[in-house]
Amino acid sequence: MLAKRIIPCLDVHNGRVVKGINFINLVDAGDPVAQAQVYDAEGADELVFLDITATHEARQTVMSMARAVADQVFIPFTVGGGIRTVDDMRAMLRSGADKISLNSAAVRSPELITQGAEAFGSQAIVIAIDARRKEFQVPGSRFQLSRSEFRVSSSESPLSTLAPSQPSALSPLSWEVVINGGRVQTGLDVVQWAIEVAQRGAGEILLTSMDADGTKAGYDIALTRAVAETVNIPVIASGGAGRVEHFAQALTEGGAAAALAASLFHFNELRIREVKAYLRENGIAVR
Amino acid sequence: MTITMIDYGGSNLRSVQKALAFVGAQVEVTADPTIVMRAEKLVLPGVGAFAPAMAALRERGLDEAIIAAVHRQVPLLGICLGMQLLFEVSEEMGEHEGLGLVRGRVVRFPANGLVIPHMGWNQIIPTREHPLLAEVTPGSYSYFVHSYYCEPTNAAALLAASDYGHPFAAIIAQGNIYGIQFHPEKSQQVGLQILRNFVEL
Repeated sequence: MLAKRIIPCLDVHNGRVVKGINFINLVDAGDPVAQAQVYDAEGADELVFLDITATHEARQTVMSMARAVADQVFIPFTVGGGIRTVDDMRAMLRSGADKISLNSAAVRSPELITQGAEAFGSQAIVIAIDARRKEFQVPGSRFQLSRSEFRVSSSESPLSTLAPSQPSALSPLSWEVVINGGRVQTGLDVVQWAIEVAQRGAGEILLTSMDADGTKAGYDIALTRAVAETVNIPVIASGGAGRVEHFAQALTEGGAAAALAASLFHFNELRIREVKAYLRENGIAVR
Repeated sequence: MTITMIDYGGSNLRSVQKALAFVGAQVEVTADPTIVMRAEKLVLPGVGAFAPAMAALRERGLDEAIIAAVHRQVPLLGICLGMQLLFEVSEEMGEHEGLGLVRGRVVRFPANGLVIPHMGWNQIIPTREHPLLAEVTPGSYSYFVHSYYCEPTNAAALLAASDYGHPFAAIIAQGNIYGIQFHPEKSQQVGLQILRNFVEL
């Protein structure tokens, strides 16, 4: 049986691992290879390195990081951030990355997805989508869905208490694609964009809820499910993990093939092996 | 023991090379058919499409060199696409002839509700005992990325099966010819153990 995957994400700046909370306040926290080895030993199924260095000169640093990781860590890994051309993709894959992820560049030039899939195969192309809930119009009032409306109970642990809010009266929920770390709105609908990237040959979607990111209140299950139900490629849920139950929820109700977390693992608040033990106890296939 | 890895262009050999070195092998990488013919042990890696890979082997005369080495009883391990190239024919983008060292076909997973490619960690179930699987626990997870799989004509060639919609060949072994559909170089301890076993065969 195909296992559900648990993926730690490591933010990289100038070749060093850092992690921002909601994309700000960076804390320097280590050597990428050492981090990768720890995660490998912990049972991580894959790794994602997100290069947040803005400058083009940093590309060489990231490629040498990819080479160092590939030489010493024998699980698949993805490198994202700053990849803008097919040549960038080729260079990173040749450096030893198994997959590359595109975010803003894919929104600006969707043909990059097609070109990358044709040149390297769909399995090598991950499209990262950052999603933010849209505001709604309801008669007589205008409001934004707040975090509390899809929040999960934090006082009780059984899965049954973690039912996400149903779209019901506020239906249909929708999300907008945002780029540049959430600073730029694109006007694109997340589900429509997910359909397009899948048609263009993306092999996976890394779906981050910008509303949930950093809150530790749980993945945005409605978002994850809306995308996972629509496309026939794996969806990696991202943003909001705080407890073991959140992973189970994303992988069952959310329909995700994998769940990603960063600071939670990075600061040892939760161990990957604890997450996997919990998933196994709850009948979810993990390695 | 020196492992000779066959480089026919395009494919990223680095991870396989490093994994073999990690388990203690001396590794040489070559595109030279005369070196392939003289090898002690061969690894045929591969990522990408069947037809261009086969064309690249032929262009360099590597197809005949591999066949000659195998007839000399040199152990040969094909990994992922490298396993598929061992077979007679592949259905990937038309019908294409392979090395024909193992009887059978390479076919696509049916798209009935399955996500293609089959990508991720799946369990491998040995169908018989073999030194290639020494110290490998039945049901261990290995990392797969593929849309096509091998159907050996002779069921006795099967060494381990995996299941994606239906059972398929995860590992084959026929005499001195071995094929692994998943990526042992990306399958952590399980994959490294299988590579170690191949090195020590």
